[in-house]
Amino acid sequence: MTQLALVIDLNVCVGCHACVTSCKEWNTSGAAGPLCDENPYGADPTGTFFNRVQTFEVGQYPNTETVHFPKSCLHCEDPPCVPVCPTGASYKRKQDGIVLVDYDKCIGCEYCSWACPYGAREIDMKQKVMKKCTLCVDRIYDTGLPETDRKPACVMACPTSARLFGDVHDPESVVSKAIRENAGYALMPEWGTQPANHYLPRRKTNLKIHGDELERVDNPLKVDGKLPKPSKSDPTLDDVTTW
Amino acid sequence: MKPAFSVIFLTTLIGAGQGLFLALFTHQSYALFGLLPMQSDAFYGYGSALALLFLIGGLVASFFHLGRPERAWRSATQWRTSWLSREVIVLPAFMGLVFLYGAAQLSGYRPVLVTLPSGLSFDMTIVLGVIGTLLSFALFLCTGMIYACLRFLREWHSPLTVINYILLGGSSGFILAALYSASVAPSQSGFFAGWAIIITLLAFAGRGASLWRNARLKPKSTLQTAIGIKHPHIVQRSMGAMGGSFNTRAFFHGKSAAFMRAIKPAFLLLAFVMPLALLALGILTPALLGVAFIVQYVGLLAERWFFFAQANHPQNLYYQTIG
Repeated sequence: MTQLALVIDLNVCVGCHACVTSCKEWNTSGAAGPLCDENPYGADPTGTFFNRVQTFEVGQYPNTETVHFPKSCLHCEDPPCVPVCPTGASYKRKQDGIVLVDYDKCIGCEYCSWACPYGAREIDMKQKVMKKCTLCVDRIYDTGLPETDRKPACVMACPTSARLFGDVHDPESVVSKAIRENAGYALMPEWGTQPANHYLPRRKTNLKIHGDELERVDNPLKVDGKLPKPSKSDPTLDDVTTW
Repeated sequence: MKPAFSVIFLTTLIGAGQGLFLALFTHQSYALFGLLPMQSDAFYGYGSALALLFLIGGLVASFFHLGRPERAWRSATQWRTSWLSREVIVLPAFMGLVFLYGAAQLSGYRPVLVTLPSGLSFDMTIVLGVIGTLLSFALFLCTGMIYACLRFLREWHSPLTVINYILLGGSSGFILAALYSASVAPSQSGFFAGWAIIITLLAFAGRGASLWRNARLKPKSTLQTAIGIKHPHIVQRSMGAMGGSFNTRAFFHGKSAAFMRAIKPAFLLLAFVMPLALLALGILTPALLGVAFIVQYVGLLAERWFFFAQANHPQNLYYQTIG
C-alpha cells in the first residue's frame, strides 16, 4: 500500500518561505477554487494557507540555534480528523494515503480541526469549508506535466532541497532511505496518529583532526631541509611547460 | 478553545429540553405506580410542547455553528464513526418522540398496548415515554462524547464530560419542570423541586470533580514533542504569519487569566449554589423557581463557556509568537 508523504530536513531548511508562497500560488489557482485571503493589502491581513514556516530558537544565549520548521498536514496513517467528520467530507485515500477534504461535502462545522493536534487544518473564511494540504494531488498525477515536475509545489520550490517527496511505505524510496539513515522522526508521537510526514533532525558535522595530521609525515622540507635556490641559468617553470 | 456561542446555546437549550422531558415522564411513571396523583393529559402534553420549544431553540442555534448550513443533511451519514453525526440523528429523533408523546397526551389517543397480570396497563404514552427517555439519554451521550472522544483535548477526554452533560441538563430540566408545574399544577412542584435539588447537588459534585481533575492535568504534548527537538529551552520566534490565522482565532479564548479565574467561582455560584438556595426556598415560594431557572441558565452559559475555554488544544504550541 502506498503512503505518499513529505520528509522535511530541518538541517537544511533556511526558512525562506519559498514553499509557503509556492504552495499558495499553486493551490489558489487550481480547479478547487482559491485559497481565500481577507484584507491581503490591508492593516490586518489574514488568509488560508496549507503550509507555514515557523521559527524556533533552541537553547539559551549564546548557545542557541535557530530552527526553521515548515508545518503542513502530516497525512497521518491513523488520522484523528477523519472519523469525526459527520459528513464524510474528510477522508483518507486508500490508493496513496493522502488525507483530503471534499469541499462540496464539507459543512464547515470545524470539528475536524478540533480533532487535529497539529493545527494543520484551516477554514476558508469566504468559502466556509475546511481546507488543508492536498500534497498537490492535482499535480503529482498530472501526466500533462514532465515526470520530474510531478511533485508537490513546495518540493519543487525548495531552493535547498530540504523537502523530499515519496512513498514512505516503499523501503527503497528516497524518503524511506532519508528517514532510515538520518533518524527521521514524527511529530507528537504521544497521540498515536502515526504521521506519514517525517522530519530529519539537525545534524552536527564534526571533523576529528589529530595533531599529527596537521603536519605531513613525509614532509620533504623536514626531511631534506630547505632546497637550494635554483641558479639563474636553470630553466624556469615557464620554460618547461606549455600553457 | 474559543467558545462558540452557537454551541453554548445548543448544548444548554437541548439539555434543559431533555431534562424537562425526563422530569415529566418521571412524574408520569411515579403516577402510573400510584406514587403520585396522575395529572391531566394537558399537563404532560403542554410540558412536552415546552420541552420541544427548548429543543427547537437548540437546533436553530446549532445551525449558526455551520459554515454551510444548507448542507447540514449530509452530517447524518457518518454515524458509524462520528459522535457528531450520531447527535445529528438522535436529536431530531428525540424531538420527534417528544412531539409524539405530547401529541398522544393532548389528543387523548392512548390505546392500551400491554396489560400486566397485576392489572397494571401500559398505554401508548408510556411506551413513547420510555423510548423518549432512552433517546434523551442517548442524546446526552452523543453530546458528551463529541467532546470526550477527542483524546488530546484532555480536559474533555473523561467520562465526567458525559456524566456532567447528563447531570447539568437534568438539573436545568427539573428546575424548569418545577417552574412549569408551579404555574399549572402547584401541588406537584415540590416533587420536581425535590428531585431538582438532588440532581443539582450531583451536578455540583460532578462538575467539581472535573474541575479538580482538570486542575491537575499535566500536558502530554510539549514544544519538544511538537517539533521533535529534545532541548529544555525552546522558544517560538515566529508562527509564520503576522496577521493571525484560523489557528490563532479558533483555538484561543482570548480572555485574561484574571477573567478565567473569575468566571469559575461565578458559574459555580450561579449554576449551583444560588439555584440550590432558591429551590429550597422555592418549595414554599413558587415565584422563586422562575428566578432559580433563569439564574441557573445564565450560570450554565458561563459554565459551558468555561468548559470550552479551559480546553487547551495542543495545536496552540505552534501558535505562540507573532514575529
